[in-house]
Amino acid sequence: MRGRPDYLAHAVLSLGVLLFALPVWLVFSGSTQDAGAITRGELSLLPSLSGLSVYPRVLARGALGGQPVWHMMAVSLAMALAVAFGKICISVLSAYAVAFFRFPFRQLAFWLIFVTLMLPVEVRIIPTYAVMAGFGLINSFTGLWVPLIASATATLLFRQVFVAIPDEMIEAARMDGAGPLRFLRDFVLPVSGPNIAALFVILFVYGWNQYLWPVLVATDPRLDTIVIGIVKMIGVDSATDWSAVMATAVLALLPPVVVVVGMQRWFVAGLTDGEK
Amino acid sequence: MERRTVFGGRLLPVLLLAPQLLLTLFFFYWPAGQAVWSSLTTEDAFGQGFVYVGLDNFAELLADPLYLQSGLRTLFFCAAVSVLALSVALLLAVFADRAIRGRAVYRTLLIWPYAIAPAMSAVLFLFVLDPRIGLLGRWLNHNGVAWDYRLNGTQAMGMVIAASAWKQVSYNFIFFLAGLQSIPAAVTEAARMDGAKGRHRFRTITFPLLAPTTFFLLVVNVTYAAFDSFGTIYALTHGGPGKATETLVVKVFRDGLINQDIGSSSAQSVVLMVMVVLVTAVQFRFMGRKAAA
Repeated sequence: MRGRPDYLAHAVLSLGVLLFALPVWLVFSGSTQDAGAITRGELSLLPSLSGLSVYPRVLARGALGGQPVWHMMAVSLAMALAVAFGKICISVLSAYAVAFFRFPFRQLAFWLIFVTLMLPVEVRIIPTYAVMAGFGLINSFTGLWVPLIASATATLLFRQVFVAIPDEMIEAARMDGAGPLRFLRDFVLPVSGPNIAALFVILFVYGWNQYLWPVLVATDPRLDTIVIGIVKMIGVDSATDWSAVMATAVLALLPPVVVVVGMQRWFVAGLTDGEK
Repeated sequence: MERRTVFGGRLLPVLLLAPQLLLTLFFFYWPAGQAVWSSLTTEDAFGQGFVYVGLDNFAELLADPLYLQSGLRTLFFCAAVSVLALSVALLLAVFADRAIRGRAVYRTLLIWPYAIAPAMSAVLFLFVLDPRIGLLGRWLNHNGVAWDYRLNGTQAMGMVIAASAWKQVSYNFIFFLAGLQSIPAAVTEAARMDGAKGRHRFRTITFPLLAPTTFFLLVVNVTYAAFDSFGTIYALTHGGPGKATETLVVKVFRDGLINQDIGSSSAQSVVLMVMVVLVTAVQFRFMGRKAAA
């Protein structure tokens, strides 16, 4: 590129950036404005500083009779972390077994897990609900996250990473007298660090963003996640406290965005490496 | 690829596999089996129990014009969302791949929407397009367009397509950009020296080299539109007005949970599962061939 800047590229990319940023900006400005003005359609694109007090208000007391927003965010955070750590743990273990051991029915076990790869919870709504009810997991925090970690994506990814670890490493570990668990802890986990970080981002976002599953298994408002809470609010036809609803929307977006942007480097590499 | 050196022991690997296998069994195979079983039964006339009816539920389903309409609607929805989300993402990725100032900033600003939940994209679109409080929605009504997606089915469909595609662009962008960056500079440079102009170069060199990425993304986008978009659709329209935005997943949910028709809903679940398995099989055949080539 010599001389003249690439105006066309800047124009197209700026338009793209605006396409995503504008709706969020609009909601943020709206959250700081007088609810009455929003109802009258007098929404300004400039936020008013004094209106920021809406944030402590919804955090502490909620809006439209829902749970306090801090509580819904805490449920979401706990759910996202449980999904991320839970799925990483069970997938590291099962991928390690498949990649580093020979045992009867190894292929069968792998295929049993592998088949679940593409089947999202959406296609088995009703029967899964029945099974959950049988376990007494309806309206419990366990029911909110445990069934979501039973899928093969992470296992497949870790298997790919583990299979690429050269045989010489295992031989060296054996020579040092290290057993399989020490090899896992001292060698395999450290070299998989970037993959674990990438997967953490993907799973955190996945857990935070769940909608159908919590709607299904948790009718108790004390288990409302922030995504459930905000959808309930926009469903209230006579809603008037729009600035509070908009503030809740901004708060619902913030944590996963912070995680994605903060861990962008690992996340992008990890996502595109495994093509999944 | 199989490794030559492995650890010995039988019990340890089984223990390591146990948590995942048990979860898969309880929350996947058992429900799937239940779905197949309930799809073959129906509640008897007195509501006392379930009787085996063979493939009746499926026959009923496939003869039901409402189900077929919902299927066609889902096809249209998936096609529209995928084409829209893929083309916008490709356009942005091509420009973000150029050597321009501030491209790292552009990238971050185009990647962050990955974090938005499907249900949240519905919330954001509502605030923009609501006929009473949305900036754009009000503007449309002021300018002679009778805009109200709660009453007009076509508008509702347009809106759920836009909201679903909007959310998916950043995912596609990440993959297209990675695909573009993996094309060796020497290839495009050679084409440039041969005198291939920008658009021509893209059509004959870049786009064919992106084909594996595009195919992978197409599968992901169709699956996303078919299933994950439930959050967007349900939060925005509940499948309405009428049945205007009722895709197959929304229909399973409505029939099973709201109308309590377990037999039909299970049959619908089984049909969806078979479809997903087919898509996965096609994808892996293709990916396998790619790896062999």
